Amino acid sequence: MTRFSAFVQKEFRHILRDRRTLMILFGMPVIQVLLFGYVLTNEIKNASIAVLDPAKTEESIALTNKLVSSGYFQLEQNLVSQEELDRSFRSGKIKMAIVFPSDFIVDPSKPSSIQLIGDASDPNTATSLIQYANAIIADFVQEKAQDTGMASNQLTIRTETRMRYNPEQKAVFNFVPGVMTLILMLVSAMMTSITIAREKELGTMEVLLVSPLKPVQIILGKTAPYLALTLLNALVVVLVGIYIFGMPLKGSILLLTAECVLYMFVALSLGIFISTKAKDQMTAMFISALGLMMPTMLLSGFIFPRESMPVPLQVIGSAIPATWFNPIIKGIMIKGTGLDVLWKQTAVLGGMAIFFLAVSLRNFKDRL
Amino acid sequence: MPVIEVQQLSKSYGPLQALENLSFQVEKGEIFGLIGPDGAGKTTLFRILATLLLPDQGSIQLCGLDGIKEYKKIRQMLGYMPGRFSLYQDLTVEENLEFFASVFGASIQKNYDLIAPIYTQIEPFKDRRAGALSGGMKQKLALCCALIHRPKVLLLDEPGTGVDPVSRQEFWEMLADLRRYGITMLVSTPNMDEAELCDRIALIQHGNIMAIDTPSGITNSFQHPLFAVRSDNMYTLIKELREMEGVKDCYAFGEYAHVKLEPSIAPTDTTAKIFQFLENNGHTQIDIKPTAPTIEDCFIELMKS
Repeated sequence: MTRFSAFVQKEFRHILRDRRTLMILFGMPVIQVLLFGYVLTNEIKNASIAVLDPAKTEESIALTNKLVSSGYFQLEQNLVSQEELDRSFRSGKIKMAIVFPSDFIVDPSKPSSIQLIGDASDPNTATSLIQYANAIIADFVQEKAQDTGMASNQLTIRTETRMRYNPEQKAVFNFVPGVMTLILMLVSAMMTSITIAREKELGTMEVLLVSPLKPVQIILGKTAPYLALTLLNALVVVLVGIYIFGMPLKGSILLLTAECVLYMFVALSLGIFISTKAKDQMTAMFISALGLMMPTMLLSGFIFPRESMPVPLQVIGSAIPATWFNPIIKGIMIKGTGLDVLWKQTAVLGGMAIFFLAVSLRNFKDRL
Repeated sequence: MPVIEVQQLSKSYGPLQALENLSFQVEKGEIFGLIGPDGAGKTTLFRILATLLLPDQGSIQLCGLDGIKEYKKIRQMLGYMPGRFSLYQDLTVEENLEFFASVFGASIQKNYDLIAPIYTQIEPFKDRRAGALSGGMKQKLALCCALIHRPKVLLLDEPGTGVDPVSRQEFWEMLADLRRYGITMLVSTPNMDEAELCDRIALIQHGNIMAIDTPSGITNSFQHPLFAVRSDNMYTLIKELREMEGVKDCYAFGEYAHVKLEPSIAPTDTTAKIFQFLENNGHTQIDIKPTAPTIEDCFIELMKS
């Protein structure tokens, strides 16, 4: 048996014999998925929207302006066709679209209707946005009535709400991917950092360092078992999402797996990076929890929409791997998007993996 | 050529001087003991020799290799048993041994002769987790793991700590047995009685070596007449004897107190004199006998001079 495989075998034994580790590894993901069933509504500002307005009447332009000037919406795109609308949704550029009919007028003779289409792969945001839009449109009608001296009930704009990707607006569509990003980060980063710190604490690291094992073998030997187990974990969470909560899996399974492995690699290298700094298990746990867990939960857009965060927090958020992985997993599972759209996020994650691995290899000392 | 050569080694942690200008040599196949109390700098010295710490000053050579530049080569030749129990508690006896064999690229079958005398004692428990072993068995397992790749040099940092006296005795017998394989052993201990089991010892205190010699060489250098004294009141006995004329020092030593006299005093009628002195001070059940100096007596002597 080679040095490396002996090391990996030893790591598997550590994991499989420690009930606490196993609980965190397999118990927590399932419990969290089941627990995060709350729908958290939050105020959203400057959400990107698109408008499909073939008529471009005075009134449609006025209504669009009113929506945009409310502060809740930001006009990202003026659409020209239904196909373009589909494309924009798939790429995740817009959160909501407004579709005017070709003969849009606000007149007592004929009630007009507008279509509001929300991206329900993030159901919290979609619901809030539709509510805002409805309120603003009602307000618009009211003003119009006053201007023309009519009773407000004489004028009507009917709104028709459609939800893309998640017509039933299931919150699971949001939290299953969110929990996946969280769990993969937690298990990969926290567990690896703790397991290396444990060897330091127990004194076994002294013997390992004196052995002919190379630092890179120690590092990869520590991560390999977790890579395998976390992949299994990801599978469990996806299966729970699909079979218990009815999540779709529209995109390619292969791509999903590959992206998961990439994300785990980022998390693992982060964990090793932490362990090169932490002297004991407590420190490793503390840094992982405070430095990774909280930002991943709060800033990555998993619970609170990033759009409504102050700019400094958005900047911090974009340094968190989960922020980039969240759209990837949602895109693949819910919208069926491919690499053509997700290449940017994938590239960022790849860069992060290389960065952290390089830094930790540099920092890993082969002396005490 | 000596297997271990340490020259003018110094190491400090901030303001704390752990090792100060240490020099010594260990010959092939020797059991060399580093004897000193906790905090004397033994573990620091071991970590430097195991190439895990860099000294501030000085040089070390192991098997003719430079301890600082060629540390990777040295690590192949070392068997290192740190002071703390450094095996995997959640792995079984057999799994620990297999792991260390694989990591060092050694085979248990090929080197079994080396560990057999030790391993056969713990083999009945080979499926037990290492964490559930007794102190003595843990130490035997750690020794097996440190030996499995046939190291040329064995570094044992306080192997006797946390081990019962019988197991400790057995452990030393195993070390003595390993000499025939030409393995050079450096052993540290705070227990003076273990010192006599080494070929040569260095007495170390506050990062300084006070003396290096064979155990008998060290005890022979003790110049003072020495008596073991006991009475019904040991506390006042020690205090009073320190005041007695001709007494250099008096200190507790097991159930007795050791009384160290000035070298000039003839030991002929001293027993009677001390007896008289104690009786005058109201002691009863007095027991006085001349005694041979031990390493501990020498250590105390060196520490105070």
